[in-house]
Amino acid sequence: MFYMLKGDRGGQALLLLLSIAVVLIPVLNLVVPEGHALHVSTFTVTLLGKYLAFALLAVAVDLVWGYMGILSLGHGAFFALGGYAMGMYLMLQIGDRGVYGNPDLPDFMVFLNWEEVPWFWQGFDSFWFAMIMVALVPGLLAFVFGALAFRSRVTGVYLSIMTQALTYALMLAFFRNEMGFGGNNGLTDFKDILGFSLQSDSTRVALFIASAVALALGYLACRAIVVSRLGKVVVAIRDTEDRVRFIGYRVDHIKLAIFTFSAVLAGIAGALYVPQVGIINPGEFSPLRSIELVVWVAIGGRATLYGAVLGAFIVNYSKTYLTGAAPEVWLFALGALFVLVTLYLPNGLAGLSKKKEAAV
Amino acid sequence: MSALAKIRETFRRDQVFDFVNKQDYSRVDTSHGQILYVEDVSVSFDGFKAINELNFYIEVGELRCMIGPNGAGKTTMMDIITGKTRPDQGSVWFGQNINLLKMTEPEIAQAGVGRKFQKPTVFEHHDIFENLEMAMAGNKGVWSTFRARLSSEQHDRIASVMEIIGLSDCAKQRAGALSHGQKQWLEIGMLLMQNPKLLLVDEPVAGMTHQEMDKTGELLTSLAGEHSVVVVEHDMDFVRSIAKKVSVLHQGSILAEGSMDEVQNNQRVIEVYLGE
Ligand SMILES: Nc1ncnc2c1ncn2[C@@H]1O[C@H](COP(=O)(O)OP(=O)(O)OP(=O)(O)O)[C@@H](O)[C@H]1O
Ligand SMILES: [Mg+2]
Repeated sequence: MFYMLKGDRGGQALLLLLSIAVVLIPVLNLVVPEGHALHVSTFTVTLLGKYLAFALLAVAVDLVWGYMGILSLGHGAFFALGGYAMGMYLMLQIGDRGVYGNPDLPDFMVFLNWEEVPWFWQGFDSFWFAMIMVALVPGLLAFVFGALAFRSRVTGVYLSIMTQALTYALMLAFFRNEMGFGGNNGLTDFKDILGFSLQSDSTRVALFIASAVALALGYLACRAIVVSRLGKVVVAIRDTEDRVRFIGYRVDHIKLAIFTFSAVLAGIAGALYVPQVGIINPGEFSPLRSIELVVWVAIGGRATLYGAVLGAFIVNYSKTYLTGAAPEVWLFALGALFVLVTLYLPNGLAGLSKKKEAAV
Repeated sequence: MSALAKIRETFRRDQVFDFVNKQDYSRVDTSHGQILYVEDVSVSFDGFKAINELNFYIEVGELRCMIGPNGAGKTTMMDIITGKTRPDQGSVWFGQNINLLKMTEPEIAQAGVGRKFQKPTVFEHHDIFENLEMAMAGNKGVWSTFRARLSSEQHDRIASVMEIIGLSDCAKQRAGALSHGQKQWLEIGMLLMQNPKLLLVDEPVAGMTHQEMDKTGELLTSLAGEHSVVVVEHDMDFVRSIAKKVSVLHQGSILAEGSMDEVQNNQRVIEVYLGE
């Protein structure tokens, strides 16, 4: 059944760790009493859940960058769109518990003196509709963007710049109050999801489990692509795009399919992130955020998938730690880490263990 | 015609939408004996005419050698046939029914035109087996490629091609680690896997030893007949050893055509080659 993990030591380890965590963490949080040495706080559970969402996002970036050679500097946009779709659902669950107590309108719309929710908010009170949008909106944007870019054979640095422009434009748009997404402040003050309070420990644990399962499934799906003949062709496109055309593959179609799939994964990651951190705002669209993602993957090691997971965890753990201890040094530390890894570990941290394995 | 029949005719499923009515690339019509028609083709780069009113035809099953000094336009000619370069004028037909100038590179490849590049280009990060597997003829759509599993016949086919190109012992070796000559052969092997009707082979023996050259010559001659083959080569001994019909390209057009002896005794050809 797990043919896709054959020969993938890192992936096997990841799946094993995830399975253990999914059983152990809930027990340590919910069963082991507070104050006990083995108790895991809800804060930690949520933090881990957030890292898992980031890891899924990193895997999505690795698929297009590490394997297909497209340096997307706009994946944060797909993540944020998935997050906003989830945020809209959560906003509409607040009902009359908002500051203004309006049962039909989210607070920021009352504040803007709007009469009713705009048309594009219709349907988001349904969880399943919102979940479809989580995948559909980033997927559709990636599809349209990719169709235009890949058909006209934009590659390399130009393509990267276009992806940056894409996320930047979205950031500016989402900052505007008239857009109807809460402007500057974004969407926040969520109360519950599917009727369960977001403050309760069990909901937090459930979100953690959902993130772990999503990462596992996303990882397996990416592996399934990578080990298939399609995956080989994807790597061939990275190495010699022209040659792939001359043996009869539609390079633009393949790029489009992989890019869109990756954007959907990023959207799902965003949807898992938002209920755990409790907010989504236009800052997620900032070009710097997207560049950060690429750094996670570079540090973890490109074209391995598990390296991306590793990078996401290490960088974000350091970030959590450093922004607590010495916030002003964080960006410098990230920069230094990136430079060191690029200079001394061109294959990232994953490269340390995979010297002998035939590099893809 | 009754009104109903007229309406039916207008709304025929295969004609209403152009994109439904795709060219059928699988059947190239060669009933007139020619597989490639290159007529009146010109292309210029920044005002420099690389191909100048080029005309030639390739017969079904023919092995044609093309020679010509550096910069004569041999590679550019292949670029045009395979869709990499669009000519300014002229027409290029594959058989009588397939207009190559309207097609993209992958469509042309799927229609049955295979190409070996002057600079050997293989997928360096993949092993030999994978290189051949990817090139194998078949449905190359995204989903089919994702779902593709090797059947035992396909496995045998790859094995037999590895045999033909003399690389059976190193199926798992990365293509990037091969010698120059071996890369040439691997690329020829990838051509064979595509099972093309027309093979365009650009300088196949560059970087090969004499023995390797002989084997390549044998391979190319054995392919002719079932396939049509166009070979561009500088090495005159090699050309002499395999050629039946030779075309001399000079400044973007055909200067002479005929057997090797005829061509070598042609006054204009001698001038061009001695004048270099
Ligand atoms: N893309 C291009 N842009 C500009 N000039 C080009 C381009 N491609 C080819 N040329 C020019 O067209 C001419 C023909 O080049 P081509 O590569 O077809 O020659 P060739 O006959 O294959 O030569 P060789 O034997 O050296 O391989 C050369 O002068 C070359 O510089
Ligand atoms: Mg050439």
